[in-house]
Amino acid sequence: MSLDAVVLEARGLTRRFTGVLALSGVDFRLRAGEVHALMGQNGAGKSTLIKVLTGVYPPDAGELRLRGEPIRPGSPAAAQRLGISTVYQEVNLCPNLSVAENIFAGRYPRKGATGAWRIDWQRMAAQSRALLARLNLDIDVTRLLSSYPVAVQQMVAIARALSVEARVLILDEPTSSLDEQEVERLFAVLRQLRGEGMAILFVTHFLEQMYAISDRITVLRNGERVGEYLAAELPPAALITAMVGRELSAAAGRNDSSAAPTGAAVLEARGVGRRGQLNPVDVTLHRGEVVGVGGLLGSGRTELARLLFGLDRSDSGELRIDGKAVRFDSPSTAIRHGLGMCPEERKHEGIIGDLSVRENIALALQARLGVWKVLSRARQQAIAERYVRTLGIVVADLDSPIALLSGGNQQKAVLARWLAIDPRLLILDEPTRGIDVAAKLEIMNEILALARGGLAVLFISSEMDEVVRVSDRILVLRDRSKVGELPGSSSEQAVYHLIAAGA
Amino acid sequence: MNSLSRHRLFWPFLTLALLLAANAIFNPGFWQLQWRDGHLYGNVIDILNRAAPLALVALGMTLVIATRGIDISVGAVVAIAAAVAALMIGGELVVKNGVQTQVSRFPMGLAIVAALAVAALCGLWNGLLVAKVGMQPIIATLILMVAGRGVAQLLTGGQIITVYYAPFFFLGNGFLLGLPFAVFIAAAVWGVLHLLMTRTALGLFIQSIGINPAAARVAGLHERLITVCVYVFCGFAAGVAGLVISSNVKSADGNNAGMLMELDAILAVTLGGTALTGGRFSLAGSVLGALIIQTLTSTIYSIGVPPEINMVVKAAVVFVVMLLQSAEFRAALRGLVVRPAAGGAP
Repeated sequence: MSLDAVVLEARGLTRRFTGVLALSGVDFRLRAGEVHALMGQNGAGKSTLIKVLTGVYPPDAGELRLRGEPIRPGSPAAAQRLGISTVYQEVNLCPNLSVAENIFAGRYPRKGATGAWRIDWQRMAAQSRALLARLNLDIDVTRLLSSYPVAVQQMVAIARALSVEARVLILDEPTSSLDEQEVERLFAVLRQLRGEGMAILFVTHFLEQMYAISDRITVLRNGERVGEYLAAELPPAALITAMVGRELSAAAGRNDSSAAPTGAAVLEARGVGRRGQLNPVDVTLHRGEVVGVGGLLGSGRTELARLLFGLDRSDSGELRIDGKAVRFDSPSTAIRHGLGMCPEERKHEGIIGDLSVRENIALALQARLGVWKVLSRARQQAIAERYVRTLGIVVADLDSPIALLSGGNQQKAVLARWLAIDPRLLILDEPTRGIDVAAKLEIMNEILALARGGLAVLFISSEMDEVVRVSDRILVLRDRSKVGELPGSSSEQAVYHLIAAGA
Repeated sequence: MNSLSRHRLFWPFLTLALLLAANAIFNPGFWQLQWRDGHLYGNVIDILNRAAPLALVALGMTLVIATRGIDISVGAVVAIAAAVAALMIGGELVVKNGVQTQVSRFPMGLAIVAALAVAALCGLWNGLLVAKVGMQPIIATLILMVAGRGVAQLLTGGQIITVYYAPFFFLGNGFLLGLPFAVFIAAAVWGVLHLLMTRTALGLFIQSIGINPAAARVAGLHERLITVCVYVFCGFAAGVAGLVISSNVKSADGNNAGMLMELDAILAVTLGGTALTGGRFSLAGSVLGALIIQTLTSTIYSIGVPPEINMVVKAAVVFVVMLLQSAEFRAALRGLVVRPAAGGAP
């Protein structure tokens, strides 16, 4: 078998979810001894493809071949038996078991004949040590997995994947919780495995990392394969064009707006960062200004929002509100200074599902007023009615639980919650995610109207056309660092160029 | 009728009414009240009096459960508060100028304040473990459940401490306006709590934290501080119950005071319609729950269930009540009854 031999091949894979075409006739080839990157925006079909390859979902159409033999894995376990091992994004091991137990979970070596009931602990430990030694890791395999850092846990997950005589190793965002040195260590292991002839499929949102390790790239967009490229022959700009799907013309940049800040600085952050989450960043937000944040998933967008709002504590830099130094140790401090935030995870951090729409809208204002100055029911009702009207929230009864509303209306209610405290700065993290197009437009228009009224807005969205449309200035993040700022009249392509530059 | 049966307190109320009706059938004199020496006597008064400590503990427990927590140390806190009060009051007979008077070791007011302060401190410990250290509530309070019982035994030296000081007995045995004083204590705590929950934003905050702690924090609530306060109050309420109980039996028993009371309190909260998953809660429901449990206990004794099986009977009744209060079970039951008819005549 030559090293260039195709190990895993997919032809015309198609998969539908309740009418939505998640994969549409995708071809894919993975060769022995290569690291192959799967790239694409959110919703491009990367996860679906991996799940079809590993037997989580059966394909609606198309076929899979492993070294020329047609296969049809019915489950991840079946795929694993065929030699296709997967390490998922979240380390899904058992922290309360030892390292060795994790590696051999479900397949403990037995004493004597196979199928005997006595577990051979010595053999298990020895084999675990041997597997980890292959990954240049020398640790006590009898200690609990939870006693080791995430990077080591990630290695253990890979060791587990390798322990089944894998020929194909699939890594779904393996670096998202690792720091630079740990990534380097992981890559050293991957290079070694590649040298041994392993076929490795690698999904990441970090362009720089992708280029550091990959030999070949397959780009997906909207469930279709855009193409397969040699990494050395596809520059970052061309890759982004392939991912985004439009030949973004430079002429789209308008030069009519100088985008000069209109008001006084509301918030100034100097070197605000947090180790492992966001490298020190400078940001200034002026009155009446919308500052967009451009960056791919994992670039530090949400981390920036959380640090500015006091949800996480920064361990470097300083924050000034109206020129006065402040420290936010909790959201309530930030709110006292006039900040508000619509968080990324609406269900988890935004709405309070069982409370009524009225109570949800009044909550932040009541929190700021404190326990004793209570808003009467009539006041709550008046506030809620006002924002239901101005934001066009569709709700029959303000006393019905907010969980019953549609996503777009929930998002508007969370927005209303912050407008009710009359904020000076609003941080919007993915305010348009998962809501329909009409609601999206309404929310974007509302944001622009608010900014005209003097509100400063930090706007985060993974949909770059939205960012470009509403922003007066665009802060560009890559790999948890700020790489630059662009005027609001910039094109999407300019933003992507800046993200790709140096990658 | 339909909107009535949908009210959240409908099922607890119905349960209590059925239990009372059952009592009246077995014991025709059940509803009789007697006026003696300016006091009301009767089965119903007795139930109210005995339910008061449980209602107090259940009120504190309601708020803890509303924040998604649980406090299984309340029984031990009852014992600690009782021990502190009994130790500090003590009491002895002194003859002064030929007149016999009872003298307490410390002033009674001080003893009561100290006992309640210690109980609140116990709550603070629980609250800090849960909110600051981040332990699971059942584990955090398990520590005090076990250790607190030890503390109470240490305080009482493993003995039952008897109190000889008549003014203290008023808490658990006294009467005011013809009714047992303990009932007024429970009613007062309930009343204050009700005002706090409805006239301040505390009720909204506690519910928000119970439903979605992460979102409550983003909305600017001091979720940890509020959680700590709720546990402090739960400890305090258990302390009040401990005072009432020790006053009632004129002694403090570190081994047995408040034994298994945490389970009755959790049961009362659940019977009252507050879900253990937190969020929406009902103070009135928990008081009703405490009354249901006490009525059931009294019923079992009054209809002469043999003592060796009364726990089983109690368990069986609680099981049935719980099933009836579950909307899913009622729907399934209705399905069983309705289906043959819907299937047409046989």
